[in-house]
Amino acid sequence: MNPPADADVSPAVLTVDGFQCLIDELQRRGYRVIGPTVADGAIVYDDLASVDALPRGVGDAQDAGRYRLTRRDDEALFGYAVGPHSWKRFLNPPRLKLWSSRREGDGVRVEPAPEPRQPLAFIGVRGCELRAIAIQDRVFLGGRYVDRPYDVRRRGAFIVAVSCGTAGGTCFCTSMGSGPRAQGDFDLALTEIVDAGEHHFVVEVGSDAGREIMAQLPSRDATSADCRQAERIVAATAASMGRSLPAEGVRELLLDNLDHPRWDQVAERCLSCANCTMVCPTCFCSSVEDSSDLASEETARERRWDSCFTTDFAYLHGGSVRATTRARYRQWMTHKLATWIDQFGSSGCVGCGRCITWCPVGIDITEEVRAIAAAPARTGGSDHADGHAQD
Amino acid sequence: MPTAMRRIDQIVREHRFFAGLTDADVDLISGCARNVAFAAGDYLCREGQPADRFFLLRHGRVALEIAAPGHGALTFQTLAEGEIVGVSWLVAPYRWQHDARALEPTRAIAMDAKCLRGKCDADHDLGYEMMQRFVPLLVQRLHATVLQALDIYGDAHKS
Amino acid sequence: MPMSDPMLPQVVRVLRRRRELPEVWTLEIEPASDAAADAPNFEPGQFNMLTAFGVGEVPISYSGDPQRSQRWVHTIRAVGAVSTALTRLRAGDVLGVRGPFGSAWPLAAAEGRDVLVVAGGLGLAPLRPAIYRLLAQRRRYGRVTLLYGTRSPDDILFRRELERWRRRLDVDVQVTVDHAVGDWHGHVGVVPALIARADFDPARTSALVCGPEVMMRFTLAALRTAGVAETAIHLSMERNMKCAVGLCGHCQFGPTLVCRDGAVYRSDLLAPYLPIREL
Repeated sequence: MNPPADADVSPAVLTVDGFQCLIDELQRRGYRVIGPTVADGAIVYDDLASVDALPRGVGDAQDAGRYRLTRRDDEALFGYAVGPHSWKRFLNPPRLKLWSSRREGDGVRVEPAPEPRQPLAFIGVRGCELRAIAIQDRVFLGGRYVDRPYDVRRRGAFIVAVSCGTAGGTCFCTSMGSGPRAQGDFDLALTEIVDAGEHHFVVEVGSDAGREIMAQLPSRDATSADCRQAERIVAATAASMGRSLPAEGVRELLLDNLDHPRWDQVAERCLSCANCTMVCPTCFCSSVEDSSDLASEETARERRWDSCFTTDFAYLHGGSVRATTRARYRQWMTHKLATWIDQFGSSGCVGCGRCITWCPVGIDITEEVRAIAAAPARTGGSDHADGHAQD
Repeated sequence: MPTAMRRIDQIVREHRFFAGLTDADVDLISGCARNVAFAAGDYLCREGQPADRFFLLRHGRVALEIAAPGHGALTFQTLAEGEIVGVSWLVAPYRWQHDARALEPTRAIAMDAKCLRGKCDADHDLGYEMMQRFVPLLVQRLHATVLQALDIYGDAHKS
Repeated sequence: MPMSDPMLPQVVRVLRRRRELPEVWTLEIEPASDAAADAPNFEPGQFNMLTAFGVGEVPISYSGDPQRSQRWVHTIRAVGAVSTALTRLRAGDVLGVRGPFGSAWPLAAAEGRDVLVVAGGLGLAPLRPAIYRLLAQRRRYGRVTLLYGTRSPDDILFRRELERWRRRLDVDVQVTVDHAVGDWHGHVGVVPALIARADFDPARTSALVCGPEVMMRFTLAALRTAGVAETAIHLSMERNMKCAVGLCGHCQFGPTLVCRDGAVYRSDLLAPYLPIREL
């Protein structure tokens, strides 16, 4: 996604009908258009045929371990926070065939799995999710080896971002600097304005592709009043956020407290269910499984999402390196907030709050950090005598 | 002076175990020391017998063994030049808990345990010097024993 | 940036299979076709991902001579379904190979220095390519010492080769076993105990260590006691691996990914994390 060639692409205003034109135009150009819709009592991401599939007038109530859809008293299309899905399920599908092999004579021929033909268009990507995609970009594309399935899907993707007009009950993107304003690598970014009979979107163009598409849509130039209104909405969302993580020092805090008693306490609550890793928009761990037909003529390797909460994740020589829930929770949280920085140059957390909402026992990552910060104890005991005990 | 005729205090002084002792201490200790030699297969000590000596190896190698019914002699440690055979003399009831057998022609300084214990009792500074030399050795052996007891090689590397 | 898909195995054939120990086999296989045929095409310390088609894939270190680029050699203990399937392959059978992956033993940096190779159990296999290289370029190094420890005389890997190296006058090879009965005349005791007896200058020694993690931790302690600098000690770590290219998250050890940042690490980078349980 290249930034637009000429810098003075001024914001535009798109109506709800114009929004339908956006979906139509993307489909006309061959995109598989995906966006939020209601299914099974939650906002999920799925194929969108029209603007009518969007959760119009739907809101949500979220808290630690709690998620409910609500009825808004307006017709907003994006009047809710993020749900259990994130875009990683399209960029890095939960199950993905990597290759298959076929026996030929006394040899074997390996065939890479076919690549998807349709490019992806994402509608309603929030600020935290733009950050999450950028983080996964660094994991899958930024190292010595490029993950081909991710690369193929990511390269062609068209991103319609949406700034948040409502803070979710577990959000803390403001403290992570990732939202509520949509910023970063998008093609178009929308702020929805539903106010006193008005219902439209202020659209910011983020790329040449975005500008091309906008040129096809019925829109008008945004006035400075439109832009100010959009800014006010985002500022109000930022101000209404109830949780936060410290901006700095979390890495050192956690790595200095790998034997903190808090890990034992959280382990008493944690069910090791892996929900947090499944809903996290940056968790990327995967495993592979080989299969074959009965005659071993054809075999295949499939990649599937894995989680550091499963017991065989760190299997080595007949046992798990992390046999206890304490060790697995510690691995997840220290990876997310600390060692991710060592491995990929940034925190792995975007402040979306999903892990808090979808934890069946309501473990709150921000609360866990606060608890350790409140009583840091260096490895080796709580007695701050100088020097460590020798073995 | 020909090597064979070197005085025992000189031999004691040269052994790395006693490095750093004062001349007076070396003289004192040498009174308890004898120069000894073993042929391959000779036993330096046998399980159950009084631990009235210990050995500072100068040349050769020694196996520490415990005999187990049906398994013959099980070697649990081999010791070489510069190392010590025997710690049972340090604590009552002063009896060997294993055999020590020379694997090859071996020369050693044999220290009379009762003599050395008496001198350490009389001169606690000397006793402290001795303990400073023995304790690290005991700790090292304890660590080695831990590692052996864990039987760590059952696990494959790069399986 | 390699353009080919790093997840795709190449199909190669087994050239030879040899039994080393009751459950340990060495496979000689064709190198991957894009590897240079006439020059070293892997570095000592690196590993491959080997696929038994229809069964699965495991990381296996190179155990062969880096100068013999026409064949890649791996030594495998049959412990799980995949490693067992690999050890059952015969000459002419096909398997999948990805890599080489991972870091290498710092043999260039060790030039001009004494080199202490400390191996435990099957940990001798990933060190063998380094030993070949050290012996092939013997003049570039100071004293070269190999200390090898394993469970019993029956568990000694590459026994004939160890005996051959022992006969050389320019390398000190010491083998110790945890327990011995009968006619064993070598050392008995743990491999860290050999460090105190070995002849090297700690101020200019590079140590290469590979074996079970507990053995490496004890060895590290013995090397520190001997005065070898933490930055001159290298360890080869092992963790569960699936992708080998830093994309699956399985092999994390503290802040690192073993496949990407290891398997060979400078010990000062690992030291703070080695004693932490279940990390």
